[in-house]
Amino acid sequence: MKLAYWMYSGPAHIGTLRIASSFKNVHGIMHAPLGDDYFNVMRSMLERERDFTPVTASIVDRHVLARGSQEKVVDNITRKDAEEHPDLIVLTPTCTSSILQEDLQNFVERASLSTQSDVLLADVNHYRVNELQAADRTLEQIVQFYLQKAVQTGTVADQKTSKPSANIIGMTTLGFHNHHDCTELRRLLADLDIEVNEVIPEGASVQNLRKLPQAWFNLCPYREVGQRTVQYLQEHFGMPWIDITPMGVVETARFIRGIQGILNQQGVQVDYERYIETQTLYVSQAAWFSRSIDCQNLTGKKAVVYGDSTHAAAMTKILSREMGIHVAWAGTYCKHDADWFNAQVSEYCDQVLISDNHAEIGDAIARTEPAAIFGTQMERHVGKRLQIPCGVISSPVHIQDFPVGYKPFLGYEGTNQIADLVYNSFTLGMEDHLLEIFGGHDTKEVITKGISANSDLSWSSDGLAELNKIPGFVRGKVKRNTEKFARDRGIQEINIEVLYAAKEAVGA
Amino acid sequence: MTLAQQQPSALNFDCETGNYHTFCPISCVAWLYQKIEDSFFLVIGTKTCGYFLQNAMGVMIFAEPRYAMAELEEGDISAKLNDYEELKRLCTQIKRDRNPSVIVWIGTCTTEIIKMDLEGLAPRLEAEIGIPIVVARANGLDYAFTQGEDTVLAAMAHRCPDPEAAALPSTSSRPSALGSLLNFGRKSEDSATAEADYLDHPPLVLFGSLPDPVVTQLSLELKKQRIKVSGWLPAKRFTELPALAEGYYVNGVNPFLSRTASTLMRRKKCKLIGAPFPIGPDGTRAWVEKICAVMGIEPQGLAEREAQIWESLQDYLQLIQGKSVFFMGDNLLEISLARFLIRCGMTVPEIGIPYMDKRYQAAELVLLEQTCRDMGVSLPKIVEKPDNYHQVQRIKALQPDLVITGMAHANPLEARGINTKWSVEFTFAQIHGFGNARDILELVTRPLRRNQSLKELGWTNLVREDARV
Repeated sequence: MKLAYWMYSGPAHIGTLRIASSFKNVHGIMHAPLGDDYFNVMRSMLERERDFTPVTASIVDRHVLARGSQEKVVDNITRKDAEEHPDLIVLTPTCTSSILQEDLQNFVERASLSTQSDVLLADVNHYRVNELQAADRTLEQIVQFYLQKAVQTGTVADQKTSKPSANIIGMTTLGFHNHHDCTELRRLLADLDIEVNEVIPEGASVQNLRKLPQAWFNLCPYREVGQRTVQYLQEHFGMPWIDITPMGVVETARFIRGIQGILNQQGVQVDYERYIETQTLYVSQAAWFSRSIDCQNLTGKKAVVYGDSTHAAAMTKILSREMGIHVAWAGTYCKHDADWFNAQVSEYCDQVLISDNHAEIGDAIARTEPAAIFGTQMERHVGKRLQIPCGVISSPVHIQDFPVGYKPFLGYEGTNQIADLVYNSFTLGMEDHLLEIFGGHDTKEVITKGISANSDLSWSSDGLAELNKIPGFVRGKVKRNTEKFARDRGIQEINIEVLYAAKEAVGA
Repeated sequence: MTLAQQQPSALNFDCETGNYHTFCPISCVAWLYQKIEDSFFLVIGTKTCGYFLQNAMGVMIFAEPRYAMAELEEGDISAKLNDYEELKRLCTQIKRDRNPSVIVWIGTCTTEIIKMDLEGLAPRLEAEIGIPIVVARANGLDYAFTQGEDTVLAAMAHRCPDPEAAALPSTSSRPSALGSLLNFGRKSEDSATAEADYLDHPPLVLFGSLPDPVVTQLSLELKKQRIKVSGWLPAKRFTELPALAEGYYVNGVNPFLSRTASTLMRRKKCKLIGAPFPIGPDGTRAWVEKICAVMGIEPQGLAEREAQIWESLQDYLQLIQGKSVFFMGDNLLEISLARFLIRCGMTVPEIGIPYMDKRYQAAELVLLEQTCRDMGVSLPKIVEKPDNYHQVQRIKALQPDLVITGMAHANPLEARGINTKWSVEFTFAQIHGFGNARDILELVTRPLRRNQSLKELGWTNLVREDARV
């Protein structure tokens, strides 16, 4: 047992559901107790999704515990098939149901005899893998399933497209700024005159997976999701791939040169150097920003970085290599991928921290006392407590990290966004610091409006105690209204009953 | 409505598949740890439970909550690790770091399935570390959302002290004339008049966790009828749990407390006052009246007070009169809220509810029927264990003016031009008593008011025609 208050990555079934519900017309069925369908709330709230999340639960209750699921799972699969006509139904166990050790594979096979849709059981062990690993595996599983099927039926499209083309692999629902990143990647590829063949899983149809091999190569921009899929595609279809994350000016250039290398190998002579130069020097503002005196002021400032491996590694490189900021330590919660992370960042920071314990991270921040933090929502709150500004660069995130406006982290527009994020974090810190030195803003206490100033009314101790329970931001208004109420009625002392009578009278 | 429908048992009960969305009952730790200030809640479960709590509690998680997960690992599931030793290690750490007056263990689905004997382990560990350990099995196999509180309070009821063991109950001790003569201090005079404010009646203990301001308001409401509330389960602190004994009267303030009610009756030999719940001015009045009736007191000034509250709600009532509201059902407040909204002039085609205890909610159901008759509207269909998919089909057919539902369905319904109100807000808002009726309507009318101001823009339906349900 482990005492835990907070976790950076969710349970395995969340990863599976993120993949399933990213595809179009794929339905996820969880074998889970009541209340475990919390995924739907997250997707509906965080993504502000207009459509019903295609995830339902086959409820595990007391009866299931006593007698087994029997027909229930099969019935739920066939029912969903009839109601929604999905292309694919993915059955996913949860940590509760995996202890029951029911033969879910058997249910899947039985159900698929009577369904129009394909049915798969997510192949994830809930006690061994986390959300990200499960997502990576599920994506591979679905791609593999449809490609094998296409190979068997001879429908696989492995004739390369006439123009160079790429698949973008690993864009998911509830992924950090994934939608914007995807748009930015499409733009970048369009600039390079490369067609986008398929984007998976977000918005993709499983029927099109058979067309994956017609692309010239695969892009896997995020370290966490898609690695297994691109490796599978290389193994079975000989497709080359790039897993450089185009985040930051230097890495984006490296990413483009990687594409250039692949295309040249396949016999198309391209030279993107001019493009990289134009973008770097004149289009993206990030290179110029790092030269400007604003950024000069950041030289040697201390920062810490923490997040998933993709974003924490890229951010560390940007801060250290492109902005001259001193990264005291960089860390990740992706413990399963610690070696890769170490190799990526060790030359750009003093220390590497691999941990998924938020208290350990919080302590490390407190000890380091950086001028700014780049982390997840949890680190933002640590920053609040320690009064250190924080830029959010990675999941887990809140609704404010699903902005409506265009905010990619990847590509050249991404470099601009990151420059703003970094600069705003540091200036806010400076401002705070200066305010402190010069005695701060006016204090809040002296501001009184209108009639409650110099009040002639007295408050009884119980009334005052009750007043103090009212949240601070409305307390002043409640106090004024109550006193007005009391004055109108000639009440001298305000006790608890007067307070509530006033509330009823004026809705204070 | 025909006369035949006005028979006493005319309410139409239905039961569906139970494929509906609700919160897991472990969510009760979120409000109970705040209510019981010296408690610590330890949820013994898996990553899934932890992830749910972390996401459902939003910002609360960052405020150093007095709750944590005992996250079970593979070794715990396969019994390679010793449950007792593991729990002892964690509880000792909690004692050292937080020193709570009680540790509440929340059993989850996983502890049920692996049959971890929490009730057996708790007394042993309690004796060893010297902190009371209360066990509540608030799991998704058996319960929905607010029923979690019910399991915790039922477990706490066993810890309520006997009156002899506790401080002397002050209910019957009237100040003697001599006592008044000997006490000249203003303070004791105050308390003397305070005692005189109450009539002599058997002790009354209320149960149900409410924010402190609402506790004060409801207690004051009864004080106006000279009824004294001797205690409240739960109190602000675990160490202040109310005394209970045979013959005490108890009353539940929330509709989801049926286990607590039966525990108090069977184990503590208390007498349950079955009343409608004090939600809405009609409910509050009926609640006070019922308590007065049991105590043999003629209620004073209630009709005027209720009328006054209705009067102050006029602006909101005008917005909702004649409109229909559909409850998808997820928190067991549905019957009381529907009854109040019907009294407000709304119609209710369907009340979904996770679980319907017809005995515990009997008085509320009677009031619901009475209200429908008074208002001349047809009786709603009460759907226990609803099926959300079927409900969405019915919503599409009925096109109600408002759907009260969970967050999983709210945005998709809004995008299809259907007004929704997020049901969980009713659980966290202050909705009890006369003074908070306005807060309920504030919630109910918010989507209507918002959409009224957007009406002219032609942005009602925001999904493509071919989009699936």
